[in-house]
Amino acid sequence: MADPSRRADPTRPDETSQTTWDQIAESKPFKDLMAAKKIFIIPAFVFFVAYYFALPVLVGYAPQLMSTRVWGIFNLAYLFALSQFFMAWIIAGLYVKAANTFDQLAKDILEKAGNGRGGK
Amino acid sequence: MASISLVMFLVFIAITLGITYWASKRSAGANAYFAASRQITAWQNGIAVAGDYMSAASFLGIAGIIAFQGYDGFLFSVGWLVAYLTVLLVIAEPLRNAGKYTMADVLAYRLKPKPVRVMASLSTLTVSTFYMIAQMVGAGALVKLLLGGFVTYNQAVIGVGVLMIVYVVFGGMLATTWVQIIKAILLMAGTILLSILVLAHFHFSFADFFGAIGRVTYHDAKGQLVVKDFLQPGLRYKPPYGPLDLISLGMALIFGTAGLPHILVRFYTVPDAKTARHSVVWAMVLIGSFYIMTTFLGFGAATVVGPDYIKTHGGTNMSAPLLAQALAGNVFFAFISAIAFATILAVVAGLTISATTSFSHDFWTNVVHDGVERKPGEEVMVARISAFAVGAVAIAIAILLGPTANVAFLVALAFAVAASANLPVIVLSIFWRRFNTAGAVAGLGIGLLASIGLILVSPSLMAIDPPTVTGTARHLIQAKAWFPLENPGILSIPLGFLGAIAGTLLSHEPTSQYKFNELLVRSNTGLGAEKAGVQ
Repeated sequence: MADPSRRADPTRPDETSQTTWDQIAESKPFKDLMAAKKIFIIPAFVFFVAYYFALPVLVGYAPQLMSTRVWGIFNLAYLFALSQFFMAWIIAGLYVKAANTFDQLAKDILEKAGNGRGGK
Repeated sequence: MASISLVMFLVFIAITLGITYWASKRSAGANAYFAASRQITAWQNGIAVAGDYMSAASFLGIAGIIAFQGYDGFLFSVGWLVAYLTVLLVIAEPLRNAGKYTMADVLAYRLKPKPVRVMASLSTLTVSTFYMIAQMVGAGALVKLLLGGFVTYNQAVIGVGVLMIVYVVFGGMLATTWVQIIKAILLMAGTILLSILVLAHFHFSFADFFGAIGRVTYHDAKGQLVVKDFLQPGLRYKPPYGPLDLISLGMALIFGTAGLPHILVRFYTVPDAKTARHSVVWAMVLIGSFYIMTTFLGFGAATVVGPDYIKTHGGTNMSAPLLAQALAGNVFFAFISAIAFATILAVVAGLTISATTSFSHDFWTNVVHDGVERKPGEEVMVARISAFAVGAVAIAIAILLGPTANVAFLVALAFAVAASANLPVIVLSIFWRRFNTAGAVAGLGIGLLASIGLILVSPSLMAIDPPTVTGTARHLIQAKAWFPLENPGILSIPLGFLGAIAGTLLSHEPTSQYKFNELLVRSNTGLGAEKAGVQ
């Protein structure tokens, strides 16, 4: 019953040994990929979290200011809330664009790993 | 009126059962059963994520909260979309690259599989069951309201429970996916139609519509006629603790969505990480459009129907169906009600399959039987049996609680556990080399206990009711709440992270650091990721 192909755990022993993972992790292309991801993802994450929490903070602690009417119809609170939707869509769009570069870098690494198990 | 609703329910049920039959012939093998053979496309999965996510709480609940408490209700809508940036930027792709069927797969790479799988499975079952009970009580109450005379509360709960068991047991992930896709399309169609009707009611003039929102007239709790600007913040979240509760809610939504097991499993149904990414974007387009339109559903109900009428005709949750009735008559009312019913079914099916996958894959196969199936197909068989068990437990609890039970806190609890237990552990396992098994177990355990504990002593469960409130509608603990916020996130999320960090620093586990490179490379490149196709 020790047939490894039937193991449901993804940590099955396979051809790729620990040293191979270490080699890839230490390689320059992989470090470039991680750097490229960090440059986009960390600022994007920090920005959206800050932008989002500005809404409950302002609405919660400055309700009078946020009730100010704009163009006679809307108020600041509603417009700021609405802007969050567009903020989310824009960041998602920018991320998809940036991720095309990540895909390219990852593809190079997979090809170099050259064992055809790339899952792409 | 009830008969039109009934016919529409039956049509939806017939279509979904047809899909289940079709899917049942394509659900042989674990990959097919748990992950729809990983052949769902980006747009399909995007729509299914939206269908999995937009629950009765968002459709009926949000419309109701906005109809009664105005702008503050719209803040839920904002959080429910923005949360997907966490899913997109942090979780979806590493999960698809490194996992197989559950979130625990990702943890098990570098940590000791047994303890983390036990804890992750416990947390998954907690989130899924609580969320499911909230949905089922809602479904029972809704069907009773709509089909009163035809169907009782208990029959409705049993009906919903049996249907979700049938979808999951026979059709697996493939049937669940298509039920969610159909539901999402119906929900979007109904919402767009309703929004156009609201605008038409105000002669397509935003000035008229927002003017009316500025002066909603109704009787307040003391029976006095008041005129309120519903666009103004503060009708729900009042000082002194309101603003903190609002921030706490935001934290639970932003960090909890990316830890909801029934959302996470959806990313295993696509061929690769790139498709997973695109499916999140599809989902964001749909979910965002829907939540923007809650402006029309909620404020429309407040202005066209009015809180007074809604209160005497079924209560807050009936706001959207009553709006449909006021604008376009009984057939449209029946249509919107049928959509609400479809919404609940799609969500409970998603919850059931994530719970059963975790029990069967994490607990049964990988903990009890060391990762080896004793005979082929055992994992799927155990999942099917556990779907019966999960369904039966949910039906029993929903019937015991009854239609008047206060269950809204269960949704808050599900998000809090997801944000405080699941998310810290997934994030630290992907990003922190030093992280280890003790940290994961401590993080999951403390996040889970802190969420449950704080909700238990929050105003949701702890308050002094007047003697007129009876049965399960009464608060569980009749005393002044110890923790003043309804949402525990602001405290429980930091506690979950602290638990995970402290557990890690207090123990030593060289292998978890040694194996970090493997997870790092796998999650970021997709090297060795699970492939699409029937295994």
